[in-house]
Amino acid sequence: MTNHWIDIRNSDYILAMGSNPVKNHPISFKWIMKAIEKGATLISVDPRYTRTSRKAQVYAPLRSGSDIAFLGGMIHYLLENKLYFETYVREYTNASFLIHPDFMLPGDNQGVFSGLKGTETTEGFIDGKYDKATWAYQRDDKGNILKDKTLQDPHCVFQLLKKHFSRYNLEIVSSITGTPPDKLLAVYATYAKSGAPDKSGTVLYAMGWTQHTVGTQNIRAMSIIQLLLGNMGVAGGGVNALRGESNVQGSTDHGLLFHILPGYLKTPKAGQETFAAYNTANTPQSADPLSANWWRNYPKYSASLLREFYGQEVALEEAYRYLPKIDAGVDYSWLTIFDLLYQEKFKGFFAWGQNPACSGANCNKGRQALTKLDWLVNVNLFDNETASFWRGPGMDPKQIKTEVFMLPCAASYEKEGSLSNSGRWMQWRYKAVDPPGKALPDADIVNALFQRIRALYKAKKGVFAEPILKLRWEYGPKDAAGKVTHIDPHRVAKEINGYFLEDKVINGKLYNRGTLVPGFTSLADDGSTSCGNWLYCNSYTQEGNMSARKNKDDPSGIGLYPGWAWSWPMNRRILYNRASVDLDGKPWQPEKPVIEWHLNVWKGDVADGGWPPLASGEKSRYPFITQTEGHGHIFGPGLADGPFPEHYEPLESPMEKNLLSAQFISPVLKRFDRSTTSDVNLRASHDPRYPLVCTTYRVTEHWQTGVMTRWQPWLAELEPGMFVEISSELAAEKGIKTGEIVIVKSARGQLEAVAMVTVRWAPFTIAGKTIHQVGIPYHYGWVTTAERKYAANDKKPQVFTFGDSANIVTPNIGDANTMIPESKVFMVDVVKKA
Amino acid sequence: MGMDRRQFLKTTCATVSGVTLGALGFDLAPIAAYAASLRTLHARQTTTICPYCAVGCGILVHTIDGKVVNTEGDPDHPINEGSLCSKGMAVYQLSHNNPARITTPLYRAPYATQWKEVSWEFALDKLANLIKKARDASFEMKNAAGQVVNRTMGLASLGSAALDNEECYLYQKFLRALGLVYVEHQARI
Repeated sequence: MTNHWIDIRNSDYILAMGSNPVKNHPISFKWIMKAIEKGATLISVDPRYTRTSRKAQVYAPLRSGSDIAFLGGMIHYLLENKLYFETYVREYTNASFLIHPDFMLPGDNQGVFSGLKGTETTEGFIDGKYDKATWAYQRDDKGNILKDKTLQDPHCVFQLLKKHFSRYNLEIVSSITGTPPDKLLAVYATYAKSGAPDKSGTVLYAMGWTQHTVGTQNIRAMSIIQLLLGNMGVAGGGVNALRGESNVQGSTDHGLLFHILPGYLKTPKAGQETFAAYNTANTPQSADPLSANWWRNYPKYSASLLREFYGQEVALEEAYRYLPKIDAGVDYSWLTIFDLLYQEKFKGFFAWGQNPACSGANCNKGRQALTKLDWLVNVNLFDNETASFWRGPGMDPKQIKTEVFMLPCAASYEKEGSLSNSGRWMQWRYKAVDPPGKALPDADIVNALFQRIRALYKAKKGVFAEPILKLRWEYGPKDAAGKVTHIDPHRVAKEINGYFLEDKVINGKLYNRGTLVPGFTSLADDGSTSCGNWLYCNSYTQEGNMSARKNKDDPSGIGLYPGWAWSWPMNRRILYNRASVDLDGKPWQPEKPVIEWHLNVWKGDVADGGWPPLASGEKSRYPFITQTEGHGHIFGPGLADGPFPEHYEPLESPMEKNLLSAQFISPVLKRFDRSTTSDVNLRASHDPRYPLVCTTYRVTEHWQTGVMTRWQPWLAELEPGMFVEISSELAAEKGIKTGEIVIVKSARGQLEAVAMVTVRWAPFTIAGKTIHQVGIPYHYGWVTTAERKYAANDKKPQVFTFGDSANIVTPNIGDANTMIPESKVFMVDVVKKA
Repeated sequence: MGMDRRQFLKTTCATVSGVTLGALGFDLAPIAAYAASLRTLHARQTTTICPYCAVGCGILVHTIDGKVVNTEGDPDHPINEGSLCSKGMAVYQLSHNNPARITTPLYRAPYATQWKEVSWEFALDKLANLIKKARDASFEMKNAAGQVVNRTMGLASLGSAALDNEECYLYQKFLRALGLVYVEHQARI
């Protein structure tokens, strides 16, 4: 979230699209209700009439997978009717920037942007990759970007935007989305009102936007709308992802992904042979003195990270050599891991606090892949489908070689530590009780394993042992042999914050060696500071553990609570807040100011840098400080699939063709269905065997694959099992009644579900044709069912659940930028169980 | 945590009766008497944050003699102000109160048909050896193009948004020291 949960109360127009907060983030709805009580309007756009829709003043349905068409129509509407916030657009976004004259839009180029190299088929291009040379800004000979502040030049971003989205008129949008034109207009007209300078609009999205082959572009489309309406940086505004795991923000911040190290530093690539080459490749340059270009500080953060990893005994260059490197242009993400696993490319596999046998798309393939491992380790609180995969449906344990370790860990309140919520609040939590039996905190399991591995490398020969032998690991008390016996989370939190490794004078103040760094502006690129994650620098200082603070004062009046817990970066509660003021530093919204320039200082939230407002000239900086050029990206030249969003159909679609262009699906997808393992990556698009659009969703009582909810009798009783929700029209057509057991099947697998006939689903009319959509919840698995065999020493649930994972039917195809799977739209059929 | 429930009640009752009783015109003594009968009376109170979605609601955990006797929404927490959804309410059944928790390491040998309970020493010693063996066998100093890569190709990891920040940091550091490049977790799904 650019903003935070409580801030939703400051909003005037709230768009819940790609999310269902009433059901999935129930407590967030407290803040939506507070906004509504003050006069805000809630808009719900969802394929199904959800509980959030029930509470909304405006509701519009759309066919799953047509969000870009829907939002593209809104962009068209805002531009046609001049409802955008002109000063904001001109001064704070890249609308005025000129783009390469050879740049071509999909409308003029067979449905794709200029620069695509790919294979042409009857579905358009496939296996494509963009050469982005024509997506570049025009520059003068000093490297300054050419601009037209009148926004009239035909090559400027604003005019290109207008031209691109002129194709998204009401008629075509309605025929793609299935949304009646009057409902489209109701949403557009209502949300457009947030473009008034003193009004704010927020978008609340979740996996309904990310889990698509065009997921990133769904969010880009909305980001463009938020920039056009001046909704970034203000109270009650922002682009807000309602994240679904208690610490998925923190786990991402700390780099548990193949492409990033902690603090969003890049994983080194082969070819970046020296630390200097690595830093150069990742440190952007800006010729514009008014651009803060925050990532220019990259070498300070990378050097401080290496110091935390390997200490002062190891030269930075040597420490850099120890880091593993990835090949440029090669994908190492989840779907690829499972594809390689299926091809027996791995020996061992850690599923740590995860249940991929249920959470991975096309999980029949995933479960088969696990049988090809030599060994698997699963760390969890309860038995689950991953740990016990070898005795699941269709498995014969006597044929499965995999050695499996199931390690019991501590639950949230059986240990101490912090987590970061969706609003970037780092909150400290305390230990209430010891874990049951021999269960241990995850940190202690990591430690115990690391100590043993290090001991092995000390005792015996091993390949490239230095990174293991020299790793700094000063996180707790040690035994006589010098091994850490127990992890002290405070020590880790301090190392993440960072230390001065030498005495230093900064702005006339002496900081002694061995003291905690007060904030990331004090980090250095010469190895004189350590810091595990620059974004968390300032979270644990000489003043103490900031995330444990519980001061409820709110001098801002807008619910910032600066003394409660801590928010990254630097306790800033609303990101891009320099965009919440005009060029003189006066808030656009004086009733709910985030920051204000007053007597030569910023008042309010921690400003995005202390520089004076833009009107003060060269000492100032543009508001979007993490963008190299300092401006919000209406044109996004860095993405894999286009600088503007363009509607493409999902991998599996009910449509015969894309009504907007000759390009059927995104041309730059990694297509497992066309790979060597295509027999397990099946696709059935516009196929009479699978005529129904299917989507997946969550229920309040269960969480993710259900490992932490299916075993709780209260929750299992409330939501006992797999169902498929279908419209009364479809039910009548198929003769299905509520409560009957039916089969939901896709090209990849099938599962049993209880039919639930509701009026929440209504058939769509798409280009004159009736299209039905159905929905299934995600959370179930065979381990907690009554039908399976329980051995004498197996744990048995007090209340059984029914059914298996929705991922048995989902496709393993990823978004072009993120490789997040398209779990929100695919094709199925629903039939009565024989 | 400096103050237990009892002290908290004492303090607030003293403050309230001393300062506002006259102003409000009613007596809080019956409420105090009712509170005194609560099962949390002698409990130790700690605060925690809900382990489910990422709203980050505050929860109070009451324990007596190392056992959880009550969990409830933290009324002082500014996000949830004491409210919880059904999952947040059910954290009560996440700890000792749930007999289904796995309480000892389990091991499944190749081709075995059931789990065997094992010691931590057994599990960790065996795992450490397997990790070293797989790492040593699959380590690449250079890629096909001859560029330095120093990475382990035979191991992959998924995990985890269910860990605390400090654990996430340690876990990724551990994996990267081993040379893993196939490092992923829930954020990718």
